[in-house]
Amino acid sequence: MLKGRYQVSLLMAVLMLVGSACSGENDTATQTTVSTTTTAPPNTATTTTTTTPTTTTAAAPSTKTTAPTTTTAPTTTTTVAPTTTTAEPEFPVTVAGVLIPAKPTAIVSLSPTATEMLFAVGAGDQVIAVDSFSNYPEGTPITDLSGFRPNLEAIAAYGPDLVVMSGNPEEIASGLEALGIPVLIHEAALDLEDAYRQMRQVGAATGHVEEAEELVSTIQEEIAELLDEHAPEPVDPNAEPDVRLTFYHEISDAFFSATSSTFIGTVYAMFGLVNIADEADPDGYGYPQLSPEYILEADPDIIFYGCAIWCGTTAESITERPGWSELQAIRNQNLFEVDDDLSSRWGPRLIEFVRLIGQSLGNFSRDG
Amino acid sequence: MDQERVNLKPLRFRWGWLTATLAVLLVAIFAGITIGPAGITPGQVMVELIGSGLGGRPSTLSSIQQAIIWEIRLPRVVLGGMVGGLLALSGASYQGVFRNPLADPYLLGVAAGGGLGATVVIALAPATTSILLPLAAFVGALGAVALTYAVGRSIGGRSAVSLILAGVAVAAFFTAVQTYILQRNADTIRQVYSWILGLLATTGWREVLALIPYAIVCGTGLLLHRRLLDVMSVGDEEVDGLGVSAARVRTTVVVFATLATAAAVAVSGLIGFVGIVIPHTVRLLVGSSYRSLLPISVIAGAAFLILADLAARTVVSPAELPIGVITAFVGAPFFMLVLRTTRRYVV
Repeated sequence: MLKGRYQVSLLMAVLMLVGSACSGENDTATQTTVSTTTTAPPNTATTTTTTTPTTTTAAAPSTKTTAPTTTTAPTTTTTVAPTTTTAEPEFPVTVAGVLIPAKPTAIVSLSPTATEMLFAVGAGDQVIAVDSFSNYPEGTPITDLSGFRPNLEAIAAYGPDLVVMSGNPEEIASGLEALGIPVLIHEAALDLEDAYRQMRQVGAATGHVEEAEELVSTIQEEIAELLDEHAPEPVDPNAEPDVRLTFYHEISDAFFSATSSTFIGTVYAMFGLVNIADEADPDGYGYPQLSPEYILEADPDIIFYGCAIWCGTTAESITERPGWSELQAIRNQNLFEVDDDLSSRWGPRLIEFVRLIGQSLGNFSRDG
Repeated sequence: MDQERVNLKPLRFRWGWLTATLAVLLVAIFAGITIGPAGITPGQVMVELIGSGLGGRPSTLSSIQQAIIWEIRLPRVVLGGMVGGLLALSGASYQGVFRNPLADPYLLGVAAGGGLGATVVIALAPATTSILLPLAAFVGALGAVALTYAVGRSIGGRSAVSLILAGVAVAAFFTAVQTYILQRNADTIRQVYSWILGLLATTGWREVLALIPYAIVCGTGLLLHRRLLDVMSVGDEEVDGLGVSAARVRTTVVVFATLATAAAVAVSGLIGFVGIVIPHTVRLLVGSSYRSLLPISVIAGAAFLILADLAARTVVSPAELPIGVITAFVGAPFFMLVLRTTRRYVV
């Protein structure tokens, strides 16, 4: 009798432990993807860097903000005439399958990327609340709202006429739709085209089609220039791998990295760089945790590291890791810090991320 | 019925099993050092270790390959062995003093306390994690156990059941606080989870050195109590009959076991399952005498964790799996199999 009870309780303990280990695994998995859309805390360094494209487009709404929103709409519609297809849409409009009955004037954004896009296309003065991580641009109506664990009641309390969010955590969208609030859901962008498409959608949903189009073409032009200037020869991605530079992009100090199938990865690939994380991710999950042995053996030419704020990673701390001082990237001082906000958002500031990589390549020093 | 079985257990030392587990440990160490994602052949590794390491001959490997062997693989194997041994030893000791098969290093809130300590550091002082995290995990684990002990004594004197109930309550509370902090700091969740699932990937000789004093003190302390644990498995009165206070023995063993767990958890993260699976498996094989159980559990735990870590870095190579997933995934079914096929189970 007693023995039987012990066995049952032991089995239960076993099952509970397995369960908790598995759920822990799930949490890491989701978190890894989620974290690319998250942000570090307010960063004064990035706000002061020059943002040519962003400021020009962002300047448009800020000059208009003196006038109330109602007058902004007619001014934009009257200026639209010339182009054939990009005529300002008449509301109601359907964007990505979402019906938006009238030009929104009370937008809630639950994603830092969406917030940056909204402000960049000139819809900043239509935004009434943004989530707690939407720290850019300066002056966003930042609130306690969470994009990870959204609270339906808290969002509804703002009386939004459009909610923009990243992913659909906890099936919050159906709750909002039940309240008659249109919800524009943006999944994490996988490449530049995704990012452009989302910018255009944000423009269409808010009545700023023209500005969104301008924003996209400005970014495209700047990227073309940067590639022209900084991409090492040959930029042909089909070139022999052994003549191309290899790199390791470190997301966190537990050696999480991002492969070429991620948004960050596609940007590096534009510069013709070879990503050492690709080999570690045959299933295309995108964010593998690399084995330190493997990183040493791959001996990348360049190390881009993030997590300066959250992990305290510095060029020095990387050099001090056991065995790492032998790496050629470290011997040749080719370690470059990547701002977490820039590399984890695919909004208008992606041009700054591209520039950062370009400049790093400009500073690349070869084996003496 | 169970009493009879207890009395049938031989109390002599099980040298055969000790030798067998030592052999397994040696194989595990050999495999752990020679196999890995880096393309170095086992032969090259042996030449490097014996020829250059012991014989002082110039190395035939590149400086990076040398670093992989000496700076990454070797400390990882050593640390895995130490952590596995300590967790298994603590688990066996807890089960002995509480006469409860569910007792393991997590029972008294060690995991919850350590987890809370780590979470607080990662969330509130992120840039200092490398220095403060082990310390905070250690303080959190000890704090939780102290609280468990105080609550347990206040509700039920010195009985083992009241302590275990207190441990459940304390662990639930600490976990709730930890979850709250994580919700308030969504950014840090991934980092905390990599720690919760165990983390040998980022370790080196520094962690090994940090753990050695605790391993020696706690290991010796617990192993010296193995005969008293045998007496205690019969009853507290029998211990008292020897002129030794059962309560004092229990306190001493709990302090050593907790210190050992907290130290292990601080350097490696929360690696679950070793403390419960290994002692029970060993118990099924060698009998329930703590004289044999404790030392053999140390060796088996070390071998198990070295092999689990080997799997963690080779199964999805060159990516890594969290070691806690491996220990649960391999340990749980194996444990169930052992339970099913053995009819000798007695605590």
